[in-house]
Amino acid sequence: MSQVKPLHYQSTRLPAQPRLMAILNLSIAALLVVGLVTSQWLLGDLPQQMQFDARLVPPSSHHWLGTDALGRELWARTLAGLGLSFWVGSLAAMLSTLIALSLAALATLSRRLDTLVSLLIDTLLSVPHLILLMLIAFALGGGTQAVIIAVAVTHWPSLARVLRAELLQLRQAHYVRISRALGKSRWFVLQAHLLPHLLPHCLVGALLLFPHAILHEAALTFLGFGLSPSQPAIGVLLADAMRYLSGGYWWLGVFPGLGLLLMVLGFERLASHLRRAL
Amino acid sequence: MLTIDRLSLQLPFYASWWRRDWTTCIEAFSLPFSAGEVHAVVGASGAGKSLLAYAIMGLLPPAARLTGQLFYQDQPLDDARQRQLRGRELALIPQSLNALDPLVRIHRQVAWAAQRAGHPSTIAQHSARQALDHYQLDARAQQAFAHELSGGMARRVLTAMAHVSQAQLIIADEPTVGLDPLQRNRVLAALRTLADQGKSVILITHDLRHALPIADQVTIMRDGKQVETASASAFQGTGSALTDAYSQALWLALPDNNFSPDVIRAQEQTPKEANIA
Amino acid sequence: MDVRLITLLIAKRLLRLTLVLLCVALVSFGLMMASPIDPIDAYLGPQMAQVSPEQRTLIAQRWGFDEPPAVQFGHWLRQLVSGDLGWSHVYNQPVSEVIGQRFQRSIALLGGAWLLSALLGFGLGLVAGAKEGSALDRVISTYAYITASTPAFWLAILAVLLFSVTLGWTPTCCAGPTGTLSQEVTLATRLHHLILPVTTLALLGVANITLHTRTRMLELMRSDVATHAFAQGASRMEVAWRHGLRHASLPAITLAFASLGELFGGSILIEQVFAYPGLGQATVAAGLRSDIPLLLGIALFTALFVSVGNTIADTLYGIIDPRIKAGEP
Repeated sequence: MSQVKPLHYQSTRLPAQPRLMAILNLSIAALLVVGLVTSQWLLGDLPQQMQFDARLVPPSSHHWLGTDALGRELWARTLAGLGLSFWVGSLAAMLSTLIALSLAALATLSRRLDTLVSLLIDTLLSVPHLILLMLIAFALGGGTQAVIIAVAVTHWPSLARVLRAELLQLRQAHYVRISRALGKSRWFVLQAHLLPHLLPHCLVGALLLFPHAILHEAALTFLGFGLSPSQPAIGVLLADAMRYLSGGYWWLGVFPGLGLLLMVLGFERLASHLRRAL
Repeated sequence: MLTIDRLSLQLPFYASWWRRDWTTCIEAFSLPFSAGEVHAVVGASGAGKSLLAYAIMGLLPPAARLTGQLFYQDQPLDDARQRQLRGRELALIPQSLNALDPLVRIHRQVAWAAQRAGHPSTIAQHSARQALDHYQLDARAQQAFAHELSGGMARRVLTAMAHVSQAQLIIADEPTVGLDPLQRNRVLAALRTLADQGKSVILITHDLRHALPIADQVTIMRDGKQVETASASAFQGTGSALTDAYSQALWLALPDNNFSPDVIRAQEQTPKEANIA
Repeated sequence: MDVRLITLLIAKRLLRLTLVLLCVALVSFGLMMASPIDPIDAYLGPQMAQVSPEQRTLIAQRWGFDEPPAVQFGHWLRQLVSGDLGWSHVYNQPVSEVIGQRFQRSIALLGGAWLLSALLGFGLGLVAGAKEGSALDRVISTYAYITASTPAFWLAILAVLLFSVTLGWTPTCCAGPTGTLSQEVTLATRLHHLILPVTTLALLGVANITLHTRTRMLELMRSDVATHAFAQGASRMEVAWRHGLRHASLPAITLAFASLGELFGGSILIEQVFAYPGLGQATVAAGLRSDIPLLLGIALFTALFVSVGNTIADTLYGIIDPRIKAGEP
């Protein structure tokens, strides 16, 4: 029989090709990311440009997604908002992963620290995310930085749990113990054995956090605790749209949210494909 | 009872990230199984024994590529007929003890098996109890959950589930794995009894030693190919009655093989085994 | 498992619960202390400009703002234990009263959405998992994946746009018609105002339970248990019904209890969009207008609500699953 293990005969269906799909998704995501990152420069000040003769115009070939009450192009504002969300989301996800990694490492050092970290996790998980976000944003006085920190501080527990379990398992692995017994330093073990194992977990963990981070940023901003209303964030756009709902200006409410949904969905799918491929 | 005619099985796998390839798991396998006999299919792990069982039961994944034909009581055994006969005429004693649902009491699971074989629900309750009694599982074991049973008891429950269906063809997939000699002999004896009742038993195992005492026919499998089919009596002495070098080697490799023609008989007579590998 | 063990298990959980709540109190109080917003300004609100510095020190003394944080925390905790949550300057009512009244309105929204999403989610997940790869499965999975990525408030906005503005089926705002006293509102009117918020919140909650249940079902359908059942001649639906229901229901119930926090977060957003005067709306008002006692009270109250849910989720397995029962000494 061939060296390659055939699919387990008990599974009743073929798995899709997870790796191929992951690559495909990765390239789409890469395109998206490049677009989002550069949108800030490409758009210039278009998202803020007012047109006094074209206020609250419905979508047309001239104004692709319509304009808002100040005559600003909705498509430009939506794109700029997605770009903002991307920045905030990715910074928060990275920060969150860093917190998760360090706390997981801390938890494996001693029993007492472990109980402490797990108590902290339980505490954070017992307050509804959104309320905790509001408290932290409130404590930090609002603004972009506050949102990033608030999202980062609230999203690490699930990843920390995974990493902690992984670390505990690794520490018991024979090759790690042998390496220690051979007199290798803690640092050597960490960078030669532990980190290469943990990095994929961290990457996938960060990617899984990312969509949540974006959604929570938008929600926080929508409620008025997040990014400042002068920025074209998706939450701001939708909070604005609320005032015009009964007037039938539907495009203001539909498109920014749709853009956010598509972006979150894209990254969500990418993350889960990557998780399956690794 | 069951005839396999040039059966080949291929399963897909991913050779690289985008290339799908087929690996051959069973190749041109032909064999008759007769009623009243225990037919042992012996081979190392990965030889395609379990897949053979699944092919007969029609439980292969849809992606599997199957060629050749199966005949059950001289009628072609195709998908539709397999679906119809599964659990009624064809029964499988699975390899894994995980096949018992951990959340359902034993008696109820056996009753479900009886229901699936076509018994109405009240009769199924009754025949389940009977079957379990038959395999010496007391009332406490019948009301237990799977994790509360020993390995040997769980095996007997699985055998009872095959027994309760009144199936004529019973495939036992590695039924002796992980059992102590006493339990093993009990399970093997139960299979022998089923064959003596006129059923056809296919015993799939990697252990030639344990198969020989109860088998009538032995088929050696290797890498999905049929190496040799011989009567159990051919496995004695230096194995000169065997035609294939692999089966001879397999026979001679047994730890208790001291070139004495009486080895198997002796083994059969004493329940306490000389060799516990 | 005997009663004593269950009692012990529950006692242990309750102890943990108390500890966690204490931590929540500490963390949220610490956050409030760290805030750059001056508590006296917040207390005064728009009257800030009319108050002299002498009066400010008086206020600070009266409320203990001039004391070190640890003393203030001890003071607050002592009050908390005696049942006094403080005074909400936004609503001009004791905090406990605000929370009580608001929660009464929210519970209809939360409870309705919770039940609906749990039942619907479980059913959809069961069907999708049992018929893996079928058209039905693809529709359900796609729906679940999309709603899992949908911003809650946006779905609410869409619902208002479609059903209230365009079709005019449901009211756009509040728990009852504006201008009428809450005592005069009939049950039918209340339900009419509730139906859209509840449905929106439920539709969002469905995704999680559906996907989770579906995963469980796929695991089961590929397990030895299912293969064995198929070998006995069982159909996919029979396996789903007999084995699947048992295997998937406990995780689904657990998840339903464990996701109370998310549900509550969703309700804040939904209440904001529908201007539904529940606890969520009060939270936003407290945060935006720096009503610190109310914010703290709500944080503690929701933490209690959520961690009771988490505790139930954790304890359920120990009591119901037969495998764990035997595992206990």
